[in-house]
This record gives sequence, structure tokens and C-alpha cells, in this order.
Amino acid sequence: MAVDRLSLEIPDRSITVLVGPSGCGKTTTLRMINRMVEPSEGTILLDGVDIQKQPVNTLRRSMGYVIQNAGLFQHRTIIDNIATVPRMLGWGKEKARERARELMERVGLDASLAKRYPYQLSGGQQQRVGVARALAADPPVLLMDEPFSAVDPVVRKGLQDELLRIQEELGKTIVFVTHDIDEAIKLGTMVAVMRTGGKLAQFAPPDELLSAPADAFVEDFLGTDRGIRRLSFFASAGLELKTAPVVAVDATAEQIAAVSTPDVPYLLVTDPEGKPLGWSEPDDLTPGDVVTERLLPYGRPFEHGEESLRAALDGAVLSPTGWAVAVDGTGRVVGVVSQQTIGEAIRSAHAEGHRAGHQTGHHTGRRTDEKVAG
Amino acid sequence: MNGFFDIPSDLQHSYLGLIGLHLREALLPVLAGLLLALPLAQLCVRFRWLYPPVLGVTTVLYAIPSLAFFVVLIDYTGQTELTVMIPLAVYSLVVLVPAIVDGVRSVPQETLAAATAMGFGPVRRYVQVQLPIAVPAIIAGLRVATVSSISLVSVGTLIGNQGALGNLLADAMFYHRPVLAVNSVVTTAFLAIVMDALLVLVRVLLTPWMPRGTRKRPKAAGAPEPAAPALEDAVR
Repeated sequence: MAVDRLSLEIPDRSITVLVGPSGCGKTTTLRMINRMVEPSEGTILLDGVDIQKQPVNTLRRSMGYVIQNAGLFQHRTIIDNIATVPRMLGWGKEKARERARELMERVGLDASLAKRYPYQLSGGQQQRVGVARALAADPPVLLMDEPFSAVDPVVRKGLQDELLRIQEELGKTIVFVTHDIDEAIKLGTMVAVMRTGGKLAQFAPPDELLSAPADAFVEDFLGTDRGIRRLSFFASAGLELKTAPVVAVDATAEQIAAVSTPDVPYLLVTDPEGKPLGWSEPDDLTPGDVVTERLLPYGRPFEHGEESLRAALDGAVLSPTGWAVAVDGTGRVVGVVSQQTIGEAIRSAHAEGHRAGHQTGHHTGRRTDEKVAG
Repeated sequence: MNGFFDIPSDLQHSYLGLIGLHLREALLPVLAGLLLALPLAQLCVRFRWLYPPVLGVTTVLYAIPSLAFFVVLIDYTGQTELTVMIPLAVYSLVVLVPAIVDGVRSVPQETLAAATAMGFGPVRRYVQVQLPIAVPAIIAGLRVATVSSISLVSVGTLIGNQGALGNLLADAMFYHRPVLAVNSVVTTAFLAIVMDALLVLVRVLLTPWMPRGTRKRPKAAGAPEPAAPALEDAVR
């Protein structure tokens, strides 16, 4: 039995991720939505209507489907691959191709690839074609079965970011299957963790999953550093930055003395444009003659307000000084922050998260209900 | 009347006439074989259990010497071209059926799943996805079947001079003109090479989607090299 009495309510216009170890029935569940697998019992409702009530191919043409390795038609050009479903729906050749060109742009494919064949594209490009093909007829529902599993980590990250961007523009109801919990947490509005035998272990938004795993199985599946990973959901905007202990590389002795106070053990040296160079103890700084090679490394600066507390903490632990450097969008230093301050911000974020915890999981609009028994 | 291209009058054909006759007797059976093999192979793909017995039967048929075939067929179809072409069509199945089955089966699982998920029905999927992707394997099979058929036609000499270019072999003996035998062999080989090249050209035109430089016959086609059956046929 692949899937057993699964009951899921998939929120409209958001990404729902089904995640679990191999053999947990996540792909079977996905394939039941477009009836590539028929449930032995139970019903699947789309907008409150049983999906069995319409012809199977009509149902499938109303749902985009993206698959591992893209599954492109190797004998058709990229543009004709993308135009497949519109053509089947009876669109004229030119209109379908026009639509395909539009989608190539949307998924970040160069227009010059239109007349190429799949073998001429890289794995990542093929996967983009797969996404464009699934979107071609503008279906309200998108089913994605481990679409990014077969590409390398760098390309995968690019594709994930691209998917989030496209989703922001289009607002599809996406059901996404993966075995990668990090991918699930990154992409999911809601994450359904499944265990072997097709049973639902937990269905929750990702930060709730990380903070309150339902049982030992989910906890084990999430891995060891879920506390750190959960910091990705806390914004760094609330961090109180210190702007004082920052000096330019060409600072005078007076300027250095002015910012040296007993509570700042280190000063951050920046170049004339305000980009970070490194840390130094105030006494080691010789005005007008700073040896940049001898400065302490400043780790990885985080973009204040844009990146999460996870990035801030990462920057702080990377630098031997224990201080993180906050920058703006252009890479100029806007302040520095200590591990202690980040720690306090984490504690207060926890307290806030606890109060707001009962607000999550509320959704309205179209629902894809699945009630399946095997 | 002793030149290379002077054909004895008993054959009632010019040199070019013999070539035309030879091609007709060789290619029509392959075409008939293809038309028969396509649905047969599709059945074998659809019902997996059917493939081993079909393969067994075609192999046994291939093992029947053409002479034996002729003896049986002459009672029904007489000393005609048809008697020569029927065995040739049957022989072509042993190459064409596995070629098409393997070609259709070689379509990647994800491609099939994607097609199904996009709402392709079984017929549309077969015609628009499986068959086009199987073209290289099918043409590989056709090459072997065609070359083999061209060489086999000569046996028709034995039943009332229905062997086209092969008839020159018999005449070479009757008239003590060995040059006729050389003509027969060289022309037959030439026809085989030209037809093979034409089929390669057809494949190149039909499959712009194949990676260049790796235009190899899929090993899955499981067909022997064209030379092998040709030699084997010479023994028949």
C-alpha cells in the first residue's frame, strides 16, 4: 500500500511541498491528483468538485506537470516542446509559439534557444523548459515531481529562486514533491512530511515544522541543525546596529581615538567607499598607514533588513572577533553587531513567534482536498 | 554481343530493366514487412508476454531456406515474382520487429510520463512521441532488411528466371560468359550500397534532433551487421 488514508487540504495560490524518504508515497500522492494513479478508495476534490467527474485528459491538460530530468520531447524543438499543450487545446500554431516565446522569457531562457533541440541544452536549461512547458496553457495547478533533483547544487539553487520569483508573479497552486528537506523548507508555504506507508507525519508551515516537530520521526528527518535553520524565518531588520566602531582606512589619529570606547574591543576598517576591509584592535591601528593584510577577517557580511538572522549569526561566528558586519544593497557598511545582540534578537523573536504561533495555518480560497485510503 | 552490359535476350530485359526489376522485387517485400511489423511490434510493446513468442516464430521462419518456401508457394502463386517476394517479406520481420520494439521501448520513462501527464491519449502518444523517437532504430532495422533483401532476390532465378540480376548468374553458366556473373555480383552490391546510403540520408533528414557525431545505430536494435546476412544469404 503506497498511500494510506491521507487527508490533506492544499491551500490555493501557494506552494505545498510533499516531503519524505523514498517509498513514502509522495510521488504516488502527486500522481493521484492528475489521475496517473487512481486511488482505490476515497476522493480528491479540486475546488470542491471530485476530479473523477471530468474526462481524464481534460483534467491533465488543466494541470502543469514538471518531472525530474524534465522529460522533454527530444524530437521537438524547445519552442515546440513548450507549445505542446496549447497546440493540443486547439490553439493556432503562431499563437502557441507566441505564447511559448513569452514563457521562455519568463523562465529565463534566451530567445536564441527556441529552435534548438533538447540535447543541445544543459540540465538546468532543460529543467527551465520543463517548467515553461508546464505553464504554457496557464493552468491554475502545477504539479512538480522532484523537478530539481537531478541538477547540481548551484543550478538547483538558481532554479529554486526562479520558481519562487515566478510564483510571486503568477500565484499558481503548486504541489511540489521532494526528498530534500532543505528544499521543502525553502520553497514551501506549507510542508507535508510523509512517512513510509504513505502516512502523513506532519502538515505545517516550515518554521512551525522546525520549531515544533510533531514526533521523533519528523525531528529525525529535519536533521541536526534545525534551530539554526529556523533562524532563516527571522528578519534581521530588528537588529540594533552599532555604527560607531567603524573607521575608514585613511582615518586620522583623532578619528580613531574618537570611536575607541571601552565597550568596543575592535574597530571595523572600511575602504574609502565604505566597503569592509577587516577588523583591528584600536591600539594596533597606525593612522595613515593601515596594513590591510594584518586586519582580522570580517566573515561574510549580511544585508541588513533583507537577509535573515541566520545570515547575521553566520557572519558573527565566521569572524574571530564575534562581530557581524551589516551592509546595504550596494555592499557598504551600515553598522556592526555582536553575537550577544544577535542572541538577544533570537530570544525576542522566539517569544514573538510563540505568541503568533496560533495564527499560522489559516488559508482561504481554492482548496484541493485529498482524502485517500488504500 | 559480348560486352559487360550486353544482356542475353532470353532474360527479356535490358540492363537497366533488370535493375528496376531487382529493386522492385527487393524493396516491395521490405515495405510489406514494415507495414506488418509496425502493428505487430506495437502489440509486443503493449503486451510484453507476446514478444518472446513473436520473436521465436519470426526466427523460425527466417531459418526456413528460401527454396523450401518456393516449393510450397509455387502451388499457390506459381512461378511469379510474388513467390519470390513473399519469403523476402517474411524474412524482413526477423529484423524489423525487434528493431521497432526496442526503438519504442527506448523512449525514456520520464518522456512517457510527461506525455501522459500533459493529456496525451495512447494513440496520440504512440504516433507523436514513441514512433518519432524510435525512427533511428527503425531505420537501422530497415537498412539490414533492405540490404539482405537485395542480395536474396537472386535466388528467384531458380523458379523460372524470377531472380532479376540473379538471372545473370545462371546465364553466365549457360553461355560460358563469366563476365555476366561479375556484372550480377557487382551490380547487386552496388544497389545494396546505394540503398543503404539512401536510408542513412533519410534518417539524417528525419532526425535533426539527434546529437551530431553520435549518429550510431542504437545497439538495442540487436541487428547483425548488414554484411553478415548478406554472406549468410549467399550460402542459401
